[in-house]
Amino acid sequence: MALPKYTEPHYRIWHYIYLTICGAVFFFLIAPLFVIFPLSFNAEEFLSFSEGMKSLDPDAFSLRWYKDMIYGTKNPWGLAAKNSFIIAIFATIGSVILGTVAALGLSSRHMPYKGLIMAVLISPMIVPLIISGVAIFFFMAKAGLAATHTGIVLAHIILGTPFVVITVTATLSGFDHSVTRAAASLGSDPVNTFMKITLPLILPGVISGGLFAFVTSFDEVVVVLFLAGLENTTIPIQMWTGLREQLSPTILAVATCLIILSTLILVTAELLRRRSERLRGINQ
Amino acid sequence: MSSETKQILTTDGIPLEVSLKKAERKNKIKAFLLVAPLLFFLIITYVFPIGDMLFRSVDDKMVTQMLPKTFKAMENWDGQELPEEEVFAAFHEDFIKLVEDKREGKLSTQLNYTKNGFKSIIKKLRRKSKTFEEGNYKEQIMSVHKRWADVEYWRAIKRRAPEFTSQKYLKGMDMYVNEEGKIVSVEEDRRIHRVLWLRTLEIAFFVTVFCFLMAYPIAHLLATLPMKYSNLLMICVLLPFWTSLLVRTASWMILLQQQGIVNDFFVGIGLVADDNRPEMMYNKTGSYVAMTQILLPFMVLPLYSVMKTISPSLMRAGKSLGGTPFVAFWKVYFPLTIPGIGAGCLLVFILAIGYYITPALVGGASGTLISNQIAFHMKSTLDWSFASAMGLMLLSGVLVIYWLYNKIVGIDNIKLG
Repeated sequence: MALPKYTEPHYRIWHYIYLTICGAVFFFLIAPLFVIFPLSFNAEEFLSFSEGMKSLDPDAFSLRWYKDMIYGTKNPWGLAAKNSFIIAIFATIGSVILGTVAALGLSSRHMPYKGLIMAVLISPMIVPLIISGVAIFFFMAKAGLAATHTGIVLAHIILGTPFVVITVTATLSGFDHSVTRAAASLGSDPVNTFMKITLPLILPGVISGGLFAFVTSFDEVVVVLFLAGLENTTIPIQMWTGLREQLSPTILAVATCLIILSTLILVTAELLRRRSERLRGINQ
Repeated sequence: MSSETKQILTTDGIPLEVSLKKAERKNKIKAFLLVAPLLFFLIITYVFPIGDMLFRSVDDKMVTQMLPKTFKAMENWDGQELPEEEVFAAFHEDFIKLVEDKREGKLSTQLNYTKNGFKSIIKKLRRKSKTFEEGNYKEQIMSVHKRWADVEYWRAIKRRAPEFTSQKYLKGMDMYVNEEGKIVSVEEDRRIHRVLWLRTLEIAFFVTVFCFLMAYPIAHLLATLPMKYSNLLMICVLLPFWTSLLVRTASWMILLQQQGIVNDFFVGIGLVADDNRPEMMYNKTGSYVAMTQILLPFMVLPLYSVMKTISPSLMRAGKSLGGTPFVAFWKVYFPLTIPGIGAGCLLVFILAIGYYITPALVGGASGTLISNQIAFHMKSTLDWSFASAMGLMLLSGVLVIYWLYNKIVGIDNIKLG
């Protein structure tokens, strides 16, 4: 954003102050994440930079915390990772199916009580997690589903569907309904029309909603803390316990892996968003 | 003129109006059937349980069911002087039954909520009741401990007779019903919940303000830079947004610890002495810093999506009409961004007011919020009805904000990413 040549000096100064402020805010946003990388390779058991690390001595760096994460004795991370992925995958599938079908109904112009129903469907996203946690715990305890994978998956479907509903409804808002009518006029039944016409067109929205649902489940800790037993431990629970009891560098190794995972998800989500905008003809 | 009143018929001979209505109803049912699975799933697993919380928060049947005969005998007692032998006998009968079921401990816990001092005298009564002789229970019970002869304690028992109570809500606001049945506040130094409510509001408010002050310039920069630069900078906003909350909290714990990088930096530039490093974690500062950084993307994204739609020619027009850049900004640009400001502020405030994980990890004792208190009562004291009551008080506050949000921005206009 170059300034025009005729800019007066004091506006020029203001402009540079503004850019400095922006730079500082970006630094504040992103820098904390990058502290974790180097420290996870620390050869010592401290969570601060050792003298050796500051002088870039190769002996000060090691992979011992990554080894501990994978091979460590009585290691909780393997089970936690397995549980986290199983729960997140099933919760994503459930949220995507329920949310997409509901979004199809919601974006029909014949839908009665649209505002009220939308408010109910989105409420799990707005109600503070701690309250959702208490309510869902009461339900699961009564249904005998506390401390089971099924219970946690159901809880995460509750928390994940609002994201799918929102993204798919947004995608459907730019959807040209004449194509489904065209399909119907050519003799296609509604299910066939959905699978062959509607779904491919709204797929970017469905997938990005699914990504939100996946991340919500994978990162969720408040509700799981109420629901999980020892068998159902997940990565967030292990991190929570670790951060409360003693901060070991193994947690930083796990955190680094999680940052890499979220970078992958971010890239996928961005590519999908651009593709969907291009399809809807919004971009440029 | 008669053609207007003449009914138009479809090819089947049914009036068009009827046929249209039928088709309309069919479409409505179709649309509803698509929403129904999710709607009913949420109503059963989510909406009803919140209703269950409401029921639990006012439910007080436990004591009512433990002392059925006592409360029946107490119906005619005016509460002025010690009750008659009849009440004591009924109480003795209920109590023996509780001891047989080993439930007298629960009774003492419950009664102790109403009035301190029940725990020890119930323990004593259990021991002595084994040697009780039949008849004249009033004398015998009163001789166990002098508090059993105090009319105050019998009034306290009577206050637990109703099946429903509002005392959990009063307790959430540090109030209680005193002996005369009036609602009064607890002593000044025991008002822990009010402090927590105020602190929650304070932290949520200031975190929102900080987020706004930091997000506005960068959202503006992102919206005005050419695409290829802004996409790159957008990663700085989106990467934290997609990163695990616990990872971000962990990084703040590393940064803010006493031997951490921020303190090292302060010592390095000579701001603080090496032996006098300030505590930046396990207090309010920790909550403020970490929550602001974590919630910042939720402010940037709505602001950005609004600013993106404002044409740069408006600012140029303002300047060409003689306004200085500041006047043009204040009179033209800023008012156009107000919808984004409203959306961002309400979103951040709603999220901040119910925050749990980050304050629990970096907030220490002085930086915890009302959510932490709710979790404490769910997990440690197991006073679930009190946790429910406080949860619903928090929820009603959030719903008011949600309603405002809906009025100002519209729920359908929520944008993600």
